[in-house]
Amino acid sequence: MDELDDIVREFLVESSENLDQLERDLVQLEDTPDDPDLLASVFRTIHTIKGTCGFLGYTKLQGITHVGENLLSKVRDGDLRLSGDVATVLLDMVDAVREILAQIEGTGTEGDTNYTALVARLEALVEDAPADALEISPELLRSPSASNEALSEESVLSSGPESAETVEAVSVGQPPPLPAAPHIQKPAPRSDGGQAPRQGVQAVDSSIRVHVDLLDRLMNLVGELVLARNQIVRLAEELRDPALLATTQRLNQVTSELQEGVMTTRMQPIGTLWTKLPRVVRELARGFCKQVRVEMEGEETGLDKTLIEAIKDPLTHLVRNAVDHGLELPDERMAACKEPEGTLRLRAYHEGGQVNLEISDDGAGIDPVKLIARAVERGLIASERAEKLTKRQALNLLFLPGLSTARKVTNISGRGVGMDVVKNNVERIGGSIDIATEVGEGTTFRLKIPLTLAIVPALFVRAGDQRYAIPQVNLLELVRLEREEELEEIHGSPVFLLRGRLLPILNLGRELGLLDVADTGERGVRHILVLQAEDQRFGLVVDDVQDTEEIVVKPLGEHVKEIGAFAGATIMGDGQVALILDVVGLAQRGGIARRVENSEPPDALGDSLACIDESTSLLIAEGAARVCAVPLERVQRLEEISTERVEFVGDQAVFQYRGGILPLIYLDDADADDIGVEALQVVVFDYRGHSVGVVVRRIVDILSEHIDVRGVGIRPGVAGTAIIGDCVVEVIDLDGLADLRGLQLSGQTALREAG
Amino acid sequence: MRHADEVCTFTLGELTFGVAVNQIREVLRAQPMTRVPLASPMVAGLINLRGQIVTALDLRARFELEPRKPGAPSLNVVVKTTESAVSLIVDDVGDVIELLPAKVEEAPSTLRGPVRELVKSVFKHDSGLILLLDVPRAVSIGGETDDGVAA
Repeated sequence: MDELDDIVREFLVESSENLDQLERDLVQLEDTPDDPDLLASVFRTIHTIKGTCGFLGYTKLQGITHVGENLLSKVRDGDLRLSGDVATVLLDMVDAVREILAQIEGTGTEGDTNYTALVARLEALVEDAPADALEISPELLRSPSASNEALSEESVLSSGPESAETVEAVSVGQPPPLPAAPHIQKPAPRSDGGQAPRQGVQAVDSSIRVHVDLLDRLMNLVGELVLARNQIVRLAEELRDPALLATTQRLNQVTSELQEGVMTTRMQPIGTLWTKLPRVVRELARGFCKQVRVEMEGEETGLDKTLIEAIKDPLTHLVRNAVDHGLELPDERMAACKEPEGTLRLRAYHEGGQVNLEISDDGAGIDPVKLIARAVERGLIASERAEKLTKRQALNLLFLPGLSTARKVTNISGRGVGMDVVKNNVERIGGSIDIATEVGEGTTFRLKIPLTLAIVPALFVRAGDQRYAIPQVNLLELVRLEREEELEEIHGSPVFLLRGRLLPILNLGRELGLLDVADTGERGVRHILVLQAEDQRFGLVVDDVQDTEEIVVKPLGEHVKEIGAFAGATIMGDGQVALILDVVGLAQRGGIARRVENSEPPDALGDSLACIDESTSLLIAEGAARVCAVPLERVQRLEEISTERVEFVGDQAVFQYRGGILPLIYLDDADADDIGVEALQVVVFDYRGHSVGVVVRRIVDILSEHIDVRGVGIRPGVAGTAIIGDCVVEVIDLDGLADLRGLQLSGQTALREAG
Repeated sequence: MRHADEVCTFTLGELTFGVAVNQIREVLRAQPMTRVPLASPMVAGLINLRGQIVTALDLRARFELEPRKPGAPSLNVVVKTTESAVSLIVDDVGDVIELLPAKVEEAPSTLRGPVRELVKSVFKHDSGLILLLDVPRAVSIGGETDDGVAA
């Protein structure tokens, strides 16, 4: 019985591949109904399935494919044109065959579903075709499979290859493929066997089927080998034996090549994923009465199998969106002086160890203004904040949960899976997503996906007496701190000024509980890793930075996983285990990134602010008369200046600052009177290209948790109100405040010359 | 199958424990350990078990016994769990002995604390009482296992 099971399994795998091909060919045939190669391919596929299922005794399957084959033979013989209706029925047949195959795979039987309606539809079309079919294509008479009667008898007995040969004979006598541009561009010929049914015997012979489990095991073993190699390399360096060094070098080289080779076996061309898309697009386009042409480029781009699986849903969603929301109806397109037929373009290419995946349409584009209006209408963002969004920030609103730009929810889009899910799925595998759009021109979604997940480059750092690995993906840059004064502290929270922006700082040792909280540990030379955790950037102070190494990511047991600070573990060159830091988890522990648990619907406003950009971080300062908040992104620097150094030019308080003159403004008049104190806290910000300082009494804190900015109390100089802790805090509009204080910038230039 | 009624014994201080042989993957001498910051005190660290990363639990901490003296010998008893494997750090490993069902009794009610919670039955061996460890419970820290109550 085992032998039979093997045959059935083989049949299932093969059929499912064949059906993918069939589906793609059918959709393409609709555009080029006369392509004899395509017709032959379609016919051959269905004939093979029919033949095999007859042999295996699947009568229901045989019945359906038999009628389908009859219909196809009419098409092939030229009795019937492959119109949209015919294609639809044939595609429905493909679906039915798939359903039955799934049944067989699951239960071993063909299931109870009744397909008589489908068979009737197929038969109706067969009978509509003229009866004098056989006279039309004389070359077909040479093939025994040309007549329906011959087919139905022979097919039960014939095996796959034989029937393939017969059909091959048919296409030989026919004219070569039409040179006209096919609507779905054909993939470049490949020798990897992915297109076996089209490429004949050779491709089949040069490839074998291997179970994914085996590849997974090989991958694990190679991982082990990489680790052993790392250990040997280290040993050889210590021992300095020339013979060992030479052998090690060789081992090194072979291991790298083997690693590459095994990784390649797990690579699948992205085309395997795209195969299903023309069908999706076709159905959608018909549903919306739109005309869509699909173009593909770079189908051969390889990606690890697990990643292919992971991007399947996001990709399908983006394609659906492009057809549903992106591309316009034909008359709308004509009105906009475009071809009635819209183009959906899929492009994949390797770049910098990553795969770039682009899904673009030449549709209406996304209007940021409408997007903002929608977000405000849905209460996802405060309107006063909305006005200040850059185009990029506005487009990122698209990724907020609960925002759908569809004018109406259709049965195809708006199924509750939003762009936020797409973004999450892509980010979960270490990828990123980006939008480029022009109103009227179209939209491009660009996905960046890592090639593989199992072996990643990582930087080793030290905290306390242990080493930790940080995946390079999260690492933006390394900053070496020579002197202590460069780290500023705001109410106990260290910050670092990196090219004019304040970067919140965490200390790895402290976050891991290795340092006493009281022990600042900030002495001597320190290294700051600038890390990206989702939408938040932060600096991580470590005791030492060591080398980068390719590491094999290993899973953690539940006791360690639940801590949330570690993404996995790896084995270092010396055989020791090192923990891999979870950058997002660390940021959350350190109170920098918002916690996932907080994203409940009532908090949508706060969350939306938090995930748009870093500007949600607020600097809280206390003036003489009020407590206020300043968006951290506007703050260039914090200065403490002695009161004596404040000078007056006319009515304007100024301060000599880095060789220039810094005008000072006050929150309220009361602050100006406060000058009696010996030191002033100044928040320096950029006002129309000039540095301006706001004098405050005390810097209180920096907050980056979600903060609900309300439109209460808006007036010149005040952008809104927020509740922080128990206090009502006014969020300062810095530009407005500077305007209000009548700051004369031309005057400043004059001063600079005078000074 | 023939191991089902054999137990491997190990000691923690004065106590002798038994774990069914078929639940044990292997016994290893003390391994280099990577400490896990922020983890429960029962997590002694991570060990490299021929390329697999295994969490090591300090059974002394689990049983709330006094910590092992620095430099005192210890061994890893690697047990199979639902997720993969966990290493239990014990003082010493004894013999594999045959379990005689007639001599297995429910744990006496005089047992206190974590021992009571993690030991459901005892085996009266000639050499003394062997506490039969409930492995799924012993490796789950901070939460009860679902099947623990029925057992």
